[in-house]
Amino acid sequence: MNCPECDAIIKIPDDASVGEIVSCPDCGADFEIASKNGSVCELKHAEKVGEDWGE
Amino acid sequence: MPKVRIVFDRVRLEEKMLEEKAIELGHDTKMVDAKITKFTTASKKTEFDFGDVVIERCVSYFRGLHFTACLEFLDIPVINRFEVANNCGNKMLTSLLLKKHNVPTPKTYISFSSEAAIETLEKEGYPLVIKPIIGSWGRGVMPLKDRDTADAIIEIRELNDGPLDRIYYLQEMIKRPPRDIRVIVVGDQVIAAMYRTSTGGFKTNIALGAEPIPCEITKELEDVCLRASKAVGGGILGIDVMEDEKDGLVVHEINNTVEFKGLAKVAKRNIPKEMIEYAVRSAIR
Repeated sequence: MNCPECDAIIKIPDDASVGEIVSCPDCGADFEIASKNGSVCELKHAEKVGEDWGE
Repeated sequence: MPKVRIVFDRVRLEEKMLEEKAIELGHDTKMVDAKITKFTTASKKTEFDFGDVVIERCVSYFRGLHFTACLEFLDIPVINRFEVANNCGNKMLTSLLLKKHNVPTPKTYISFSSEAAIETLEKEGYPLVIKPIIGSWGRGVMPLKDRDTADAIIEIRELNDGPLDRIYYLQEMIKRPPRDIRVIVVGDQVIAAMYRTSTGGFKTNIALGAEPIPCEITKELEDVCLRASKAVGGGILGIDVMEDEKDGLVVHEINNTVEFKGLAKVAKRNIPKEMIEYAVRSAIR
């Protein structure tokens, strides 16, 4: 599908799941897979890394 | 078969491994996105599909902690429990609990103003390691090697003026090999251990590029880690251990939402399987 930022093509693996992050190979923007129905995905901007993220 | 739910806010390899294993073990398994879940004080358990047990796996500590509180409000079993998450998420609470339960841990100095922190450093001598009491992936952890560095770091803290920035947590610098040990404890068992060797700097976080190397689970390591787990309340935990040249093994941190993709590469036991089976056992107790 196309990057909502720069329109480049983002390849989403078949086994990707909702909640996973994909990055645009051209502009580097990160998107979260918000929903997935077969090969049709809805993307939303990924949250930026928070101060309390991680272990 | 008990139903397993995995709460996430960002799906990483670990969450995918847990989901895959739970399905493989035959459990009705669903992923629950914390970001789109809503509770009210009038919420009832029956309004949700949280199954028989929830494994809380949010990457955001505070989101996960508060989500856990909501689940426990609904009497839903959660791994880890709120109390455990709270104890592990706050390095000061962890240190106090470890010491209270006679688990070897680095000597830690706690003060509540910049002036008191500087007094500690001047009295005890440099270096001491400064750590944010709540923080992750090694951020904000640094050795204060002299007064100039201490003044600079403390000045930055005062400028940031976050709600926890006035709590100063300073720890003795442990003389050790350039590595630490990450141990995964699940319930009353040590599941896996690895050395994390630093890539040249002071920190040994896998998230920062440290290389995972298998580590033998000795009786001493097992004993220290099980006692550390018990001190914070038990569950699924990642225990960080240093090899002090003087005092042997010391526990310096316990992680509540343990990342294990590095360790899974070198572990003999199947980490996600052990975690799912423990969660299910906890639910049917």
